[in-house]
Amino acid sequence: MTEYSQAYGLLAEFETPADAMHAAEKIRDAGFTRWDVHTPFPVHGMDDAMGLKNSKVGWFSFCGGATGFTCGYLMIWFMNSLNYPVVVGGKPLFSPMFPFPVVYEMTILLSAFGAIFGMLFLNRLPKLYHPLLKNRRFKGATHDKFYVIIETTDPRYSEAETRELLESAGCKHLEMVED
Amino acid sequence: MSSPTAPSSVKIAPPPREIEREPLVLNNRSLGWISDQIAGIIEGKTPTWWWVTMLISLPIMLMCFAMIGYLISTGVGVWGLNSPIAWGWAIVNFVFWIGIGHAGTLISAVLFLLRQKWRTSINRAAEAMTIFAVMCAGIFPGIHVGRIWFAWWLFPLPNANGPIWPQFRSPLLWDVFAVSTYFTVSLLFWYMGLIPDLATIRDRCKGFFGKFFYGLFSLGWTGSNRHWSNYEKAYLLLAGLSTPLVLSVHSIVSFDFAVSQVPGWHTTIFPPYFVAGAIFSGFGMVLTLMIPLRSLFKLQDLLTIRHIELMCKVTLATGSIVGYAYGMEFFIAWYGGNPYEAYAFQNRAFGPYWWAYWIMISCNVISPQFFWFKKLRTNVVVVWILSIFVNIGMWFERFVIVVTSLHRDYIPANWAYYSPTKVDVLTFVGTFGLFMVLFLLFVRFLPLIAISEVKGVTNQADPHHPLGGAKGGHH
Repeated sequence: MTEYSQAYGLLAEFETPADAMHAAEKIRDAGFTRWDVHTPFPVHGMDDAMGLKNSKVGWFSFCGGATGFTCGYLMIWFMNSLNYPVVVGGKPLFSPMFPFPVVYEMTILLSAFGAIFGMLFLNRLPKLYHPLLKNRRFKGATHDKFYVIIETTDPRYSEAETRELLESAGCKHLEMVED
Repeated sequence: MSSPTAPSSVKIAPPPREIEREPLVLNNRSLGWISDQIAGIIEGKTPTWWWVTMLISLPIMLMCFAMIGYLISTGVGVWGLNSPIAWGWAIVNFVFWIGIGHAGTLISAVLFLLRQKWRTSINRAAEAMTIFAVMCAGIFPGIHVGRIWFAWWLFPLPNANGPIWPQFRSPLLWDVFAVSTYFTVSLLFWYMGLIPDLATIRDRCKGFFGKFFYGLFSLGWTGSNRHWSNYEKAYLLLAGLSTPLVLSVHSIVSFDFAVSQVPGWHTTIFPPYFVAGAIFSGFGMVLTLMIPLRSLFKLQDLLTIRHIELMCKVTLATGSIVGYAYGMEFFIAWYGGNPYEAYAFQNRAFGPYWWAYWIMISCNVISPQFFWFKKLRTNVVVVWILSIFVNIGMWFERFVIVVTSLHRDYIPANWAYYSPTKVDVLTFVGTFGLFMVLFLLFVRFLPLIAISEVKGVTNQADPHHPLGGAKGGHH
């Protein structure tokens, strides 16, 4: 068993997005949890085929935007009416109107930070090492091939049955990836 | 590496004629061909024309830096500014460059939300253009403040001068926030779009440096669908955020003028009119850049005539909006009954700067009208020449707005005439050198077409299309 203790997962290669998607549907229905599909571009409908829920990036973006909006108003209120009050044209020291353009920009800026850094956080990127990136054949994943990987740590994983499942899904090439 | 066309064994029934569209990638190219073609530009030998253009642009860029050095060491007296024309070419150039940037964001964000799939062939280069144009724009407000060592006063930074903060009622401060947000968000959006393509280059790289740097900047991207799911959501959110952002940036730039009391500036039409003008000028620049690149890198299958035609149509639409705004400004100047306003507009068209006004009208209102004709829209040489006129016209628009409004205001005793000095001209010309150097480095080292996005709009990428592997009737 020492040989398999280092195994990361079974990698199956597919020629077309439709084949990879049908394989994903089968694996989803078989109840696997630690598996993934790797494609050169986002395949339309793959999220459903994998049974993925709606991405949580939106929450990060929302929190960023709310922070930007609140901090923007607080900052301008503090600077222009509390810490350094200057009367301009006899107008009140603070109103929600004049800071709005700046607050608007800060809301967008921090929402954008939330979207990008939230996406990187959810994807655990940057990642300096990944077993798949050592695999020569896997280079097709950023070119024109479609891959399904089932990790050996998946509770439903058993080498013979998983192999059979992937072969029946019509994969063109199957190999074990070392960690 | 991969076969140049999709497998011929697949038979596709043609769609009915009336719903048939020209494909976005011509000649039924395979997925592998797309990455070979685009990554091939980076992997191939540096073309001679690249070195020639680089060797021309580099000294022009250095001249820009030299002029800025001269300005800082001597003072703003080296420019042609006088009283009352305290805003000259620096502000004209700032608005010109920032406007150019707007087309990139329109293509990357607005067209994405409108599901215009043709944007995938041009969005990468247009976003790069945005970033470099905003960099060129950002130079001018920085250096025009006079005592440049105080330029940090633009930002609300804590300082030792007692409690002292910028005044947030000033549109100039709004502009600082708008432009810096615009630059940051555009850069991040552009970089996020690059991540999967950098991974493509990483996986093809042979050399050590290539492997290291493309590997580092692709952040360990594996094309995992769990990642794509978050990535696409972030992309959609950024598109949704960039759309109100791009509209706000040029609106706020127009507030720099519209919030003042100067006749010719103090008008409510400015925000939409500036935004339309910005998109118009930006598409002019995209056409100016992409038409030569398309033939130099043989990208005719990816950047098709249909792409060029569609860009011409956007140019025509926005150019006509700009023309309408010119007309409406005149109408309101007369109908509003304000004698100062009426004079400002008469003076624009028939005063000492009449030549600038009529250059603006002929380049911005008349030249895009040629795009009504399909024969002209599909002729790349004609389109390229007209796109140059658009660039010229939009620079003159900003010159007309800034200078003609300032040079004759309320009191005739204050009236003056403004001409730029050599330093003004050379600094502006120099920013083109800076822009070209950055753009040339971009086309040499980064994928100038979004590889993964173009793949995503082909039939081979569609799991419900026979070329994408769908078999017969589908669920």
